[in-house]
Amino acid sequence: MTTFAPPMNHQLRWTISDGVTLIGRELDRLRQDPGQLIAMLIFPVIMVVLFGYVMDRFRSMPMARSAVPFGQTGADFLIGLPLLAVMVGAGLLVGWEPHRGFIPTAEAFLLMMLLRYALSWVGVYVGLRVKNDQIANALVPLFLPFTMLSNSFVPTEGMPAWLRVISDWNPVSAITAASRELFGNPSAAAQGAAWPLAHPITAVFLWSIVLLLIFVPLSIHAYHRKGR
Amino acid sequence: MADSIVIVEGLHKSFGDTHALQGLNLTVPRGTVCGVLGPNGAGKTTAIRILATLCDPDAGYATISGFDVVRQSGKVRARIGLAGQYAAVDEKLTGRGNLRMFGRLFHLSRTRAYQRADELLERFDLLEAADRQVAGYSGGMRRRLDLITSLILRPDVLFLDEPTTGLDPRSRGEIWDSVRELVADGTTVLLTTQYLDEADQLADDIAIIDHGRVIATGTPDELKATIGDRLDIVLEEPNSFHAAATVVEAHTGADAAATGSDRLSVALPGGFRLADIVRELDRAGIAAADVSLRRPTLDEVFLRLTDHKERVS
Repeated sequence: MTTFAPPMNHQLRWTISDGVTLIGRELDRLRQDPGQLIAMLIFPVIMVVLFGYVMDRFRSMPMARSAVPFGQTGADFLIGLPLLAVMVGAGLLVGWEPHRGFIPTAEAFLLMMLLRYALSWVGVYVGLRVKNDQIANALVPLFLPFTMLSNSFVPTEGMPAWLRVISDWNPVSAITAASRELFGNPSAAAQGAAWPLAHPITAVFLWSIVLLLIFVPLSIHAYHRKGR
Repeated sequence: MADSIVIVEGLHKSFGDTHALQGLNLTVPRGTVCGVLGPNGAGKTTAIRILATLCDPDAGYATISGFDVVRQSGKVRARIGLAGQYAAVDEKLTGRGNLRMFGRLFHLSRTRAYQRADELLERFDLLEAADRQVAGYSGGMRRRLDLITSLILRPDVLFLDEPTTGLDPRSRGEIWDSVRELVADGTTVLLTTQYLDEADQLADDIAIIDHGRVIATGTPDELKATIGDRLDIVLEEPNSFHAAATVVEAHTGADAAATGSDRLSVALPGGFRLADIVRELDRAGIAAADVSLRRPTLDEVFLRLTDHKERVS
């Protein structure tokens, strides 16, 4: 009766293949509801909600389990690309431009995507640890200060000491400083700035790697154990 | 029980202080429909979740086609289908999009997944709605899509967890027809339901569970036979109800249940003759408009066995 029963030994292959299918799911969902794109542009994805009855079906199927978080973050990465394009387009319209040529500019975009990808794994993990939609919605505003408590809008020098420490070490500050440096835009990094702001490119890279090293295994483990 | 496709032995599962399963035993022969009945909180859904590898039991074991649901969960997942009271499909995709996506996740080739989606949509009468977003489907259509999604791989065993809860009678009938078709193809079905007529309609064997244990098993007829026939009496005068109840209870030794202001119903112990009761009523001067003997309904069996008070309407 199990004519199509798959062999279970090619775990990695199926993780990739099932992950691709799930990326397709997210993009297909987006096609049905393009308004989401706008929402994401204003409100970056903070939490990837991985529950609901569809998840029960995924768990009862002979598919690679780790494909689910990989598919979600993969789709989030791809969705980030047009968002980035819109952001760049808007920047060019208002007169922003990169000054240091193609390679540093590309590097800046890569760094942004890398950090975004790492942060989406944090979102997956948080999404897996909350019990339902209501809690998830209630948590979203708690993430907002992360973008505010940074050097994105104002330099950190003017902040009270404790706030300044948080802002200086916020990965959002690092990516802002790194982008400014790589684009050759006026940089606010003053003498005696905290280490992440003095070495923003390395800082973003390290932040991303550390976040991925922590949250990829945690998320996969949490997904495996959920419902047990 | 050589050809039992589902074997459950001594299953225990607790969630904190809630003991959902306390030694559940069950076997389902290949190619049959087993109906699992039980009041809310009896452990039906927990049992299905364990069998579908969604959670692990605290103690005991279960096998599907000989594969252990905990240690060989991958092999089990390749052989089961799960459809339930909540449609586990992606609301934002179309019906066809759902079937294609799940087909791919069942590792069918793209061609085969697309083909299978079309086959299922056609066979279960969803072609017309195939390209609409599921969010716009009626409850019955969603449930049907959920059901056929679980059929993509032609499972050995299909778990249906309250497949028609909350559906209107027409949609319920459609789901029943679909299930009958599957059974005709040889699929084994394990069905949980709160609707006893559903079990009566579909199930070959019934297991009644309460407090996480099986308290009775048998065919619907066998279960009905265990509590004896029912005697229904319709009185001409509603005010003779108490007198009639007293007479009937004295002669049968069973409690008479009011089924209306002028009618009552009682379980007859074996060997009772209708004529005796009619004569006793007559002697007490009680006029009966109708006295009839019938098989009990599964509802009555269920209420009796799960030890709840009979409903007085």
